[in-house]
Amino acid sequence: MSGTETTLRGPSGAPPTWSPASLAHLWWQKVRTGEIGSAPIILAIVLIGVFFQTKNSNFLSATNFNNLLVQMAGVTVIAFGVAFVLLIGEIDLSVGFISGIAGVAVAEFQLPGSSHDYPGLVAILFAVLVGAVIGVFQGSFVAFLGVPSFVVTLAGNLAWQGVILRSLPQGVIVIQDSTINDIANYFFSPTVGWIVAAAIAGSYALITLNDIRVQRRSRLPVDDLPGRLARIAVVAALSAGVAYWAGTDPRRGLPFAALLIVALLALLSVLAARTTFGRHVYAVGGNAEAAHRAGINVTRIRLLVFTISGAMSALGGVIFASQLRSVDLSAGGGTILLDSIAAAVIGGVSLFGGRGRVGGVVFGALVIAIIANGTDLVGYSASAQYIITAAILLAAVTLDTLARRRLADSGL
Amino acid sequence: MNGIPTLELRGVFKSFGSVRALVDCGFEVQDGEVMALVGDNGAGKSTLIKCAAGIQSIDAGEIYFDGSLVHLRGPNDAARLGVEVVYQDLALADNLDVVQNMYLGRELHNRMQLLNESQMRKTTEQVMADLGVTTLRSVRQRVATLSGGQRQSVAVARAVLWNSRVVVLDEPTAALGVVQTEQVLALVKRLAAQGLAVVLVSHNLNDVFQVADRITVLHLGRNAGVFERATTSQEEIVLAITTGNRAQPTGGP
Repeated sequence: MSGTETTLRGPSGAPPTWSPASLAHLWWQKVRTGEIGSAPIILAIVLIGVFFQTKNSNFLSATNFNNLLVQMAGVTVIAFGVAFVLLIGEIDLSVGFISGIAGVAVAEFQLPGSSHDYPGLVAILFAVLVGAVIGVFQGSFVAFLGVPSFVVTLAGNLAWQGVILRSLPQGVIVIQDSTINDIANYFFSPTVGWIVAAAIAGSYALITLNDIRVQRRSRLPVDDLPGRLARIAVVAALSAGVAYWAGTDPRRGLPFAALLIVALLALLSVLAARTTFGRHVYAVGGNAEAAHRAGINVTRIRLLVFTISGAMSALGGVIFASQLRSVDLSAGGGTILLDSIAAAVIGGVSLFGGRGRVGGVVFGALVIAIIANGTDLVGYSASAQYIITAAILLAAVTLDTLARRRLADSGL
Repeated sequence: MNGIPTLELRGVFKSFGSVRALVDCGFEVQDGEVMALVGDNGAGKSTLIKCAAGIQSIDAGEIYFDGSLVHLRGPNDAARLGVEVVYQDLALADNLDVVQNMYLGRELHNRMQLLNESQMRKTTEQVMADLGVTTLRSVRQRVATLSGGQRQSVAVARAVLWNSRVVVLDEPTAALGVVQTEQVLALVKRLAAQGLAVVLVSHNLNDVFQVADRITVLHLGRNAGVFERATTSQEEIVLAITTGNRAQPTGGP
């Protein structure tokens, strides 16, 4: 074991060796300052994946992989919005039925033979707009009046469910518009899948290399150069892996929904990490009073975040409707709400505000989707799915709480 | 030291419900001087500086900057004039790093309207070096991981970063040990030597007598006199703080 002798000399000392022990130590140091990172969740995904594969060899098949990507899309998109709400230290418990409302809205706005028979894209836009307006409405109670978001959105959840029941007297609307249905049911050919993957990997590499170039040009030390180069390689390998895997499905290729997830991921990551708005979101979640004193319009940030949450919930609802090619009275119900919040929290977004990354949400949603998909495939009942999801959510929240306590301790 | 005050509050009234926090209260500070603001708990020190920073609106009274009347509608108005406050509770966001806190609310952008991290980081390192803050491991450290003295340095540096004219320090040494207190007081002197108008709010008369040029005493929300440090004993200040005597007639009842 002498080979793994650590040569760490404190944080600013010599560069650490890349032995497992030193990596674990580095990770633990990050945990102690409140940064958990994606390592535990990726480990969890691998373990769960291996487990289901041993139970049913179809789990890792290309067909099931493509199913999984489509199945996770709705919850992922909703969880993106939830992540922003959690970042400012609030919660949105209405995302489930806002997504249901949007499903009903998109179905109504494309209804052939009605007075509001709009093209698919317009219907989708209207549905997302409806969600955004609901977000503004609920958010204004939180932002202007200071009503706890917990109560506002819980009330909203109930109310929107009522609206769904009331607005579907016929019980079900079948969606015939192909644009809407294609969101969850369009699959690229293997060639296009490869092009998409290359574009994603290429863009990520270009952006990262440009960052490094800018730092070099300003004569700043380039921090974490090996880590950044490694991430370029990982993103390229992941993109290629997904394109290859999805492409081996004899009937379908990479789902359009996967591209939608990646596009939103890129957009919202930039919004959170590289814009003034995103910086202020983190500041409000970390210390709203400090943000206010720094001249940040805290009210505006809160309102905008609830608007984002409403809009993303709506887009998620459109994806669910597209998946079913219809909406019925159960739209927005079931485990959508809990799955979405769990995805964000498992993805490392702190319930206490101010900590977490948009990127983590995808991992969180993947965990949720794998459990649902795997238990279904193996033939377990819903009870197993619920219990496993709950256990992982509890573990994630516990880790978050411990990290937060560490953070408080180290702050002195 | 006998020109127009850089910042002057005159005849300020402020009530919170039935509590009269400030009654015909005021103070002034000039470029290059350290004006101490002292008083017992509840004397109105914090309220007065919050009014000067635009955080609290004033019920009545006037605020002058460089001799002209100004109306502060919020922290941004005060910041635009060059009034920066370093609060007792520091008002830093723990979850953000040093650079992010330094530029909070006034982030720099590049041509694509994205955050210009390189420029912000460079300037932060420059300001830290200018102020002699050498204990920071990295300006990319989260503020949560800093010591009390380091946090205070960040808060002061944040105020200095903005080419500010007036820096208000609210109990800057309250939570610090001996060595760190000395460092911060040295920092206060350096700020005044650079030509800034410095307002030092403090309980600690030792600190005040070490760095202040003049001392404004508050008592129960009213002025209890302005003293030249060089010609005043600590006993006189203590008497003014506790009894409010030597109150200068300022016109109100």
